[in-house]
Amino acid sequence: MFWNLPYFTVVILTFIAILTILTKKNLVKVLLGINILESAVNLLIISIGYREGGVAPIFTLAPSTNMVLPTPQALVLTSIVIGVATSALLLSFTMVIYRKYGSVDVEKMRELRE
Amino acid sequence: MITDFVIKNAPILVVAIPLIGAFLCPLVARISPMWRKTWVLGVVTVTSLIAILLASIVLTQGTVIYVFGASTSNLTVPIDSGGIPIRIIFTVDAMSAAMEVIMAMIGFSVILYSMSADQERSSLEQYYTLFLLLICSVMGMVTTGDLFNFFVFLEISSMASAGLVAYRVEKGRAIEAAIKYFIVSTIAAIFFLFAIAILYGQYNALNIAMLAQRLQFTLIDKIALILIVMALSTKCGAVPMHFWTPDAYSLAPSSVTAMLVVVSLASLYALFRFVFTMYGLTLSYVTIGWVLITLGVLSMVIGVTMAIPQKDVQRLIAYQGISQIGYMLLGMGVGLAVLGNPAQLSSFGIIAMEGGIFHIINHAIYEGLLFLTAGSIIYRIGTRDLDKMGGLGHSMKYTMIFFMIGVLAIAGVPPFNGFASKLLIYESVYLFNPVLAIIALVVSILTLASFVKVFHSIFMGPRLLEYAGVREAPLPMLIGMGILAVLIVVFGFFPQVVVNTIVAPAAQALVNQGGYLSVILGGR
Amino acid sequence: MPDFTLFTGSGFWNPIFWFVSIIVALILIYIIYASGEKGYKRGTEQVKPFISGNPEPAKRGVQISAGNLYWGYMDSLRVYYRNLIPLHTGIITDYLLWMFCVTAILLILVVIP
Repeated sequence: MFWNLPYFTVVILTFIAILTILTKKNLVKVLLGINILESAVNLLIISIGYREGGVAPIFTLAPSTNMVLPTPQALVLTSIVIGVATSALLLSFTMVIYRKYGSVDVEKMRELRE
Repeated sequence: MITDFVIKNAPILVVAIPLIGAFLCPLVARISPMWRKTWVLGVVTVTSLIAILLASIVLTQGTVIYVFGASTSNLTVPIDSGGIPIRIIFTVDAMSAAMEVIMAMIGFSVILYSMSADQERSSLEQYYTLFLLLICSVMGMVTTGDLFNFFVFLEISSMASAGLVAYRVEKGRAIEAAIKYFIVSTIAAIFFLFAIAILYGQYNALNIAMLAQRLQFTLIDKIALILIVMALSTKCGAVPMHFWTPDAYSLAPSSVTAMLVVVSLASLYALFRFVFTMYGLTLSYVTIGWVLITLGVLSMVIGVTMAIPQKDVQRLIAYQGISQIGYMLLGMGVGLAVLGNPAQLSSFGIIAMEGGIFHIINHAIYEGLLFLTAGSIIYRIGTRDLDKMGGLGHSMKYTMIFFMIGVLAIAGVPPFNGFASKLLIYESVYLFNPVLAIIALVVSILTLASFVKVFHSIFMGPRLLEYAGVREAPLPMLIGMGILAVLIVVFGFFPQVVVNTIVAPAAQALVNQGGYLSVILGGR
Repeated sequence: MPDFTLFTGSGFWNPIFWFVSIIVALILIYIIYASGEKGYKRGTEQVKPFISGNPEPAKRGVQISAGNLYWGYMDSLRVYYRNLIPLHTGIITDYLLWMFCVTAILLILVVIP
């Protein structure tokens, strides 16, 4: 039960994120929701790779061979880097939107429709 | 010596050359704009040549695999890894090769077009960096045999295309289009990452072949499948996840839009790759097949009916693009729905899939051509509003001819290439379910109807006073469009040759899951 | 002509006949064009349209623009378009809502059986 705690956290984070994305009107808050969703996935991947009582997967002078999986850590590192780039690009777009439209309300950001 | 090197490393060179070329582009551009032009054109030419070489190798010798970091490039399963292909593997089978060739051709003509269409814009070195990065990412998406690697390429493509969509700020409207596109595709990519996490947690593998071998289709595999289908159908713009498509396509520079079509087709390829090769017969193929068919029919009908009242020429063509995506989903969905029934599969399922794949290839060409012609008109008269255009047929004759070829191809009028693939889809879908074939035919008529409107309001009518000084589009733009127009006519006149050399092997490669697995896992 | 024929499983199609008919059509067009009035001169009174002596309207006035086309079609499908077009709200959260809803529907469809 206790070891399932990360998975419950993932589910809770996912729901918080989806609710944030769908209900908030402020673009920055929507972007925060996206970031929370990203963290939820990262947490899911990293907890998949965890083994009970495992040590870091470095073979040199390892105290035991019961190790956590190295691949999920590599995946999460990559996905965090991608997430940072994504957030940076999204926030810079938001900045220009604010400068041009004078608002970051998603309902005012609808010059393009139909 | 150098040819050996190129042949041996062709799968990675197709991705690596645009990648390196992209990041060297700002450096080269420091020398002079002339160098930048030569550099970009050279990179695209070399990439295209290698892609064609790779396709010829694949079509003559079978699937090519490339293992990163291995002592020999075909050592997929290391001896001490316990039978798991732990390295990233590029797998180029007939389907990937077909996609690569077509992307290389579109990329080449679009860059050629963009050389003069975009030359008056500012900060062109960043523009071409993103452009080459986009080519790199679509090439990677179709070659990779690794789930996570695919995710990385998916994100590169989203980022590069969002940057390109936002390239002209246009009072913030382009930024709005870009942010909509980027938010939707980021969330789609997160869906995909969720699916990767689920599959990795179940089967300890990221390689598509390894996953295909181990898949059980348990409850959470079903969830992963739905997440993958949703992520990729969102990226390719199927209704009802299509809302970003007209926004992004209408505000991007036309050369970028032609490339965005290629990105959506790469996502479509990936959708079929995962559904057919990774899940294959283990999934409930009738349900998923009907899901694809439903998405396809919705895309066809809503896409075309939304296109008719549009006033913005690029937006109209974007809606038409959605409706054409529907044809591919329809063809492939029919193929998937009868995947478990060998008699039906061989009598019409495989033809429907051939039609779908052929339509992907044709769509890339004619949709690209339509966007490029629309772009050259916008370049000359400076407006995208159909109500303000008129009488341009007097001054832009070649553009008019190219546009007419594109229109006839997209509407499925013989003898152009769109007709050949649509005929394959109609006749095979009719055997599956006549109602679907009738819907497809009606949508085709509506497509022609909406383009009659576009054609009339752009080119027909008397020569207008405000466009008296309009001249024909510049030569590089005409060459770029001409390449695509020639391809349309050639593909239209030799459909069976194209089907036999590219399309039928690609359809077989998708159906033959065991063949894909044995190349990666078998024998070594 | 095996190379030209496209076999569709239940039929075939050959573009060569279309090619021939296009050539014939082009020849006909040329014949009609060549048998036109020889005394036509550009830039003279001959080019002006003759509207029973009325003054010629401005070019912009006679151009049928895109908004005026397919009025009948749009009018007969009024109900359909009245429901369809407002769905394209242009609000990004609505786009995402559609995406999540379709995901939920598909999950129910595939996971429940």
